[in-house]
Order: sequence, then C-alpha cells, then structure tokens
Amino acid sequence: MAVFEQGELKVWQRRERSKQFTIWAGYLIVTAIFVYCWQLISEKTVWFFVLDAPRQAADMASRMVPVNWGYMDVLWGAVWDTLNIATLGTVMALVLAVPTAYCAARNTTPSVVFVRPVALFIIVASRSINSLIWALILVAIVGPGVFAGVIAIGLRSIGFCAKLLYEAIEEIDESQVEAVTATGASNAQVTAYGIVPQVMPAFAGISVFRWDINIRESTVLGLVGAGGIGLQLNASITNLAWTQVSLILLVIIATVVLSEWVSAKVRHAII
Amino acid sequence: MTTTALSRTWKKPPFIKSPLVRWTLWLLAGIYVALAFGTMDVDWGRVAEGVPRGQKFLASFFPPDFTGRWAEILDGLNESIWMTITSTVIGIAISIPVGLGAARNLAPKPVYLACRGILAVSRSFQEVIIAIFMVKLFGFGPFAGFLTLSIATVGFYGKLLAEDIEDMDPGQAEAVKATGAGWFQWLNYSVQPQVLPRMIGLGLYRLDINFRESAVVGIVGGGGIGATLNTAFDRYEFDSAAAILLIIIAIVMVVEYTSGYVRKWVQ
Repeated sequence: MAVFEQGELKVWQRRERSKQFTIWAGYLIVTAIFVYCWQLISEKTVWFFVLDAPRQAADMASRMVPVNWGYMDVLWGAVWDTLNIATLGTVMALVLAVPTAYCAARNTTPSVVFVRPVALFIIVASRSINSLIWALILVAIVGPGVFAGVIAIGLRSIGFCAKLLYEAIEEIDESQVEAVTATGASNAQVTAYGIVPQVMPAFAGISVFRWDINIRESTVLGLVGAGGIGLQLNASITNLAWTQVSLILLVIIATVVLSEWVSAKVRHAII
Repeated sequence: MTTTALSRTWKKPPFIKSPLVRWTLWLLAGIYVALAFGTMDVDWGRVAEGVPRGQKFLASFFPPDFTGRWAEILDGLNESIWMTITSTVIGIAISIPVGLGAARNLAPKPVYLACRGILAVSRSFQEVIIAIFMVKLFGFGPFAGFLTLSIATVGFYGKLLAEDIEDMDPGQAEAVKATGAGWFQWLNYSVQPQVLPRMIGLGLYRLDINFRESAVVGIVGGGGIGATLNTAFDRYEFDSAAAILLIIIAIVMVVEYTSGYVRKWVQ
C-alpha cells in the first residue's frame, strides 16, 4: 500500500513504485521469452496448411454428420473394455500404492535413509512416464489387448496415488497414534486402529479421483493397441469413417462426463 | 461399542452399518471383477512368451545411447520447450475470461453455462485425441502440438480458476464494491488478489504438465521430443529411445522440484 502526495491531493496506489516496476519487468521478460519461442515455432510451421485449416475443419465436420448411431452395437464392447481398463488399473495401482506410500511417508517408513528414497523414486518414475508410453512398452511385452492397458494404467497411477496417500499419512494427528500405542497395541494394531481410520477418507477420495482420470486416459490407450475405445477410434480414422468417429467422440464425452459426475458424488458423500 | 455390556471384547464398528448393504456391495464388486476378467481375454501363453521377449526388449534399451542421435534429441527438446512455454501462456490467457465466465458468483446464468460447456468439452478429451485432429487440420509439427496443449490448458486452468473464484471470500468483494468501484476495478482489486497466489502456483504446475504431455503429443505427429521418441521406436533404435526416456524423466524431475520451490517462494 502506497500513498503519494501530489500537491494537495493524496493518491493511493496498490503497490510501491519499485515493486510495480519489478512486476512490469517480470511481465516484460515473460513476453520476450514467449515472442522468441513463438518465432521459432512459426519458422517450423507451414502456414499454408494453417490458413487452409478452417476449410478443412468445415469439410471434416460435414463428413461427420449424420452420426452413425448403428455403430453403437460395436461400441458397447469397447466402452466396457475402457471401463475395465480404468477400474482394474486403478485397483492394481491402489494395491501397489499402499505399501509404497507407507514406505514413503516420513512417520511410517521403516527406514528414512534406505527405504524412503526407493519409494520416492518409484513414485517419480511412475509419474513422469505417460501411460501411452507405458502402453507402448507393455504391448510389446504382453501382447496387444486389454491386459496391457490395465497394467499400463496401473503402473502410471501408482505414483499419483502413492504421492497423495503418503502426504495424507504425514498429515495425520499423532496424538491418536500415541493413544493407541499407550493401550499396548502392537505395531500392526497401531497401524490398523491409529493410522488407517485417519487416512481412510483421503484414500477413498484419491481412488475415486484417480479412477475418473483413468477413464479419460484409457480412451487413448487403444491407439497403440492396448484395447478400449481408442482402438475403434484409430480404426475409424484410418478408414476415414467420419460418421463413426463423431459417434465415438460423443461416447467419450458422455463417459467422461458421467464418470466425473459419479466421482464428484462419491467424493461428496465420503468427505 | 454398544455390545460392551454383554461381551468384554471391542470390535471396530464397520464402515457401512447395515450388514445387508455391506455384503451386497462386496458381492456386486466380486461379480464385476469376475465379469471384467472374463471378458479380458488374457492370452497367458502370449504373456509367458512375452516375458523373455520383454527381457530382450528391455536389454536392448541398455546402454542408453546419448551421442548417436544427439542433434535430433536436442532439436526435439527445443521444440518441446517452445511448445510448452507458448501453449502455457496462450492457454492461461484464454482461460482467464473463460474461467471468469464459469464462476457462478460472477457470471449470469447463460454465460456460466456456455463457459462451463467449453471447459467440459476441452477437459473430456485426452490430449492425444485432440492432437490427432490438430495434426489432421494443421499439419505435422510443433504448431499442432502448441494448439493441443493450449486447449488442454484452457480446460484445466479455467476450471480451477472458476472454482477458486467461487470459493473466495465475498466480504472483500463486497467491501470493494461499496467504494463505488467499476466492474473491472472490482475484479482487479477484490477478486484478483484473492486468487492470484494460488493461480501462479497452478500456472507453474501446468507448465510442468505441458512439458510432460509434449512428450506424448509428438507420438501422433505433434512435434517435440515425442516425435523424436516415436522415430527412435519406429527405427528400433531402442538405445536412443532409452536415452530420450531418461532425459524426459530427468527434466520432469528438475522442473517438478524447481516449480515446487518457486511455488513455495511465491505463496
């Protein structure tokens, strides 16, 4: 807060002048970097194609109607596969994320020096490789199909679930743990009665949240052969069957919106 | 806990009180898992066969070859970084008006519904699906990737901005309004200061996500390091692919730690 006197008048400004200048300088730097990067991208772009894009888009849109509703008979199976990939993948991730989180949380880990870094590395590695890349590798290993998709989603989600879960474990109320310990409970009992009830709401919230994300992710795994609706999408695009493509896009929107609604409802009910 | 009068042992009360509902839920879950596995069609023979193949596959990743394709890798990385920066800036710039429109306490009903619609659609599609269409429309290269990431940023950032505005303290907004401020002044002095710290943090977070996503967008032709990775896979140059994957992990880790640090410093 700064007030300047201009003759008789007192003028209020939100910031001191020097602070204002710093902010402007920040904006200037960001703009300069942006313009520079934009220049470089622009050099690599064939602007003829870009200028032609509106016409192309209109053309594509005109080919997409009318939506081929009859194709739905084939799609039900793909939707079911997609749901399975997301659900089973989430379950697999949760099963593996619980011990990882237990080892990564500062207050429960068996060893801060040896076990914790390993758990943290698992979390980072799983988070930084995208599920599509996981799927690319897994299709080569276990063969194309839903199974590869489930494992890809599972491996990808461990990091996310374990990270949120270990943060929840680190934030628990220690006095409850102490109280349970004071009754003479064993280590396992302390975990079961002192820690688990406290992180249970967080755990449920995380699993539903990740399930929702996984539905979205599993719609593309088919592009590399890992099953689900992406397989149909890829096939329809390569066959130029645009009326099928539009149906698939509608189905994806419906599935995602529905799953988001379900997860919001469930999270609301739990928390 | 109610049974203490009869027996001396205490049992943890179950999460779901009614035993009927509890067991039905377990039963339904069991049926679902059985059905899901039933339709999954796992070819265990193929999986067993895949294990040695997978080992060979992984063995061909080692040792990672950083030098052989270094020029291409550097090119891809540069493209990814340009895409990341431009798409984050443009995406956030677009998501501010959309996010304002999607906040229930700011916008009239029709605007609110329209903006929520935009956000829902741009969030529904995974980046890769958007990228496929962008590549079809705008041709191969970083421009398609830039558009894809911008659209994804609008969906992510706009939604969080709208939710943040909906959660703000109405008292401050009312106080500024009471001074006779115009709409833009009101926005600038009451809404913006309340949401800014969190939004700067989220902007950095999105920068981080955009870089990560730029690695996949390239697989379908959107330019960047993903394109290099895809080429390496297609040519069976797995040692180069391993190098690229390691570089991606390293950069993601560095970006994540720096952005976490900067976020702490900003807030």
